[in-house]
Amino acid sequence: MRPALQLDDLTVCYNRHPAVHHLSGIFNRGSLTAIVGPNGAGKSTLIKAIMGLLPVTTGRIDHAALSPSEIAYLPQQAQIDRSFPITVLDVVMLGHWERIGVLCAVNAELRDQAVAALAAVELVDFQRRPIRSLSAGQFQRVLFARMLLQDARLILLDEPFTAIDARTTADLLNVVRAWHDQQRTVIAVLHDLEQVRTHFPETLLMARSTIAWGQTAQVLTPENLQRARQMAEAWDEQALLCEVNR
Amino acid sequence: MSGLFEGLIAPFLEFSFMRRALVACLALGLGCGPVGVLLMLRRMSLMGDALSHAVLPGAALGFLIAGFSLAAMSIGGFVAGLTVALLAGLVTRFTGQREDASFAAFYLMSLALGVLIVSTRGSSVDLLHVLFGTILAVDDASLILVASIASLTLLTLAVIYRPLIVECFDPGFLQSVQAWGTVYHLAFLILVVLNLVAGFQALGTLMAVGLMMLPAAAARFWAQEVWSMAAVAAGIAVLSGYIGLLLSYHANLPSGPAIILTAGMAYLLSIILGTQDGLLVRFLPRQHLQA
Repeated sequence: MRPALQLDDLTVCYNRHPAVHHLSGIFNRGSLTAIVGPNGAGKSTLIKAIMGLLPVTTGRIDHAALSPSEIAYLPQQAQIDRSFPITVLDVVMLGHWERIGVLCAVNAELRDQAVAALAAVELVDFQRRPIRSLSAGQFQRVLFARMLLQDARLILLDEPFTAIDARTTADLLNVVRAWHDQQRTVIAVLHDLEQVRTHFPETLLMARSTIAWGQTAQVLTPENLQRARQMAEAWDEQALLCEVNR
Repeated sequence: MSGLFEGLIAPFLEFSFMRRALVACLALGLGCGPVGVLLMLRRMSLMGDALSHAVLPGAALGFLIAGFSLAAMSIGGFVAGLTVALLAGLVTRFTGQREDASFAAFYLMSLALGVLIVSTRGSSVDLLHVLFGTILAVDDASLILVASIASLTLLTLAVIYRPLIVECFDPGFLQSVQAWGTVYHLAFLILVVLNLVAGFQALGTLMAVGLMMLPAAAARFWAQEVWSMAAVAAGIAVLSGYIGLLLSYHANLPSGPAIILTAGMAYLLSIILGTQDGLLVRFLPRQHLQA
């Protein structure tokens, strides 16, 4: 198995407090991994650091020759202005960014592909609708359609199914499975452990540093989950300097 | 018929200062309308106001050095406005300060500096000039300046339209697909300052932002997409200029406030009559659809 993404002793800090602390490991090419951990465990921080949206304090993130355009990222929904006056089709067509960039026009072929992506998430009749008229679940489908167009090798999903109903979640999990079948590498931050056990072969359980990483069944044991909870609560205002690597 | 002609067209045929003022309003409206829409969508409506005040010390310095010179006041205003915008942006980026607080802090300092300069070195008449502008005294040079700024604005917006919109609606996505996304934000801030400089010649620093924000706020009640909002805003701005000038001519009112109040009326009417969430649509009982 070749790595798609390698973390090498990675530390990412907010104001010198590490949110991700000396994390090392490999996401294999074509793997489907859930990242699980309590709130404040550094899951979103890790995803953002991989995307280059946060500075790395120490350590390294190795994208293994993936160019930025081969990585797609679904942020938590709260970061998007859903009252913005833009139509569903226009949002989906942004997935063509690699091909249209800042200046190029969208031709008929690209438009047809966008419509097909909308059809794949069962929203084909919604093309002309403004996004503010969509429900949270419908909007998440739109974002998945946009990622379908991005055609990325590595796909990062930050809490993709939070506040989404069961039917939509099931449909979107099918999209995730299709990506997995196409040998794309998928990493998703999730909270629903049942969902992880059912759909995700591999899991990274973290609380700033790794608690366990590997086959989901071996990672999500009661002892590991208990340890993760204890680690996450250990935020210390008076924290001493970290002695690793000194 | 001849009454209409006398009322609506003759003033512009008869007086060249009215013609110049009309063309200035046309150019201002075309540039300010779309810029205002983007400011509003970026939730920066009040930042426009802050920047318009920030222009004052630069314009005042220009005025003191070169008298009522268009070039000196414009360059001074542009530099002062841009300085405030950049300082506020940098502080927001590198500290935890929120953007609105950061803008407020710098524009207040700038405004105080401007008033200080004008009150120690100039007369109150000068201050009135800078604060309220003189659209009826727009000369050829200012016309060319205003028209150039409007053209530059529309061209630049056309070029950076896509990243600008994505940055406003889903900044995380832009960061993930395009390096140097902040360049577009910076280019946009420059456009805002340029348009305020264009506006203060004609309307004064206090009211320049009115032609930017009022049509934009009104357009939101008529359109569902950014391009159509920008078109509606430009239309409302241009019409407000035309009607405001006529009002000021016939009723012998100062032109700046007449134009901005006309835009204000357009805003109030849009709140009531607008097809998107307007009050009439909201409270007029209409049968709901099947799906």
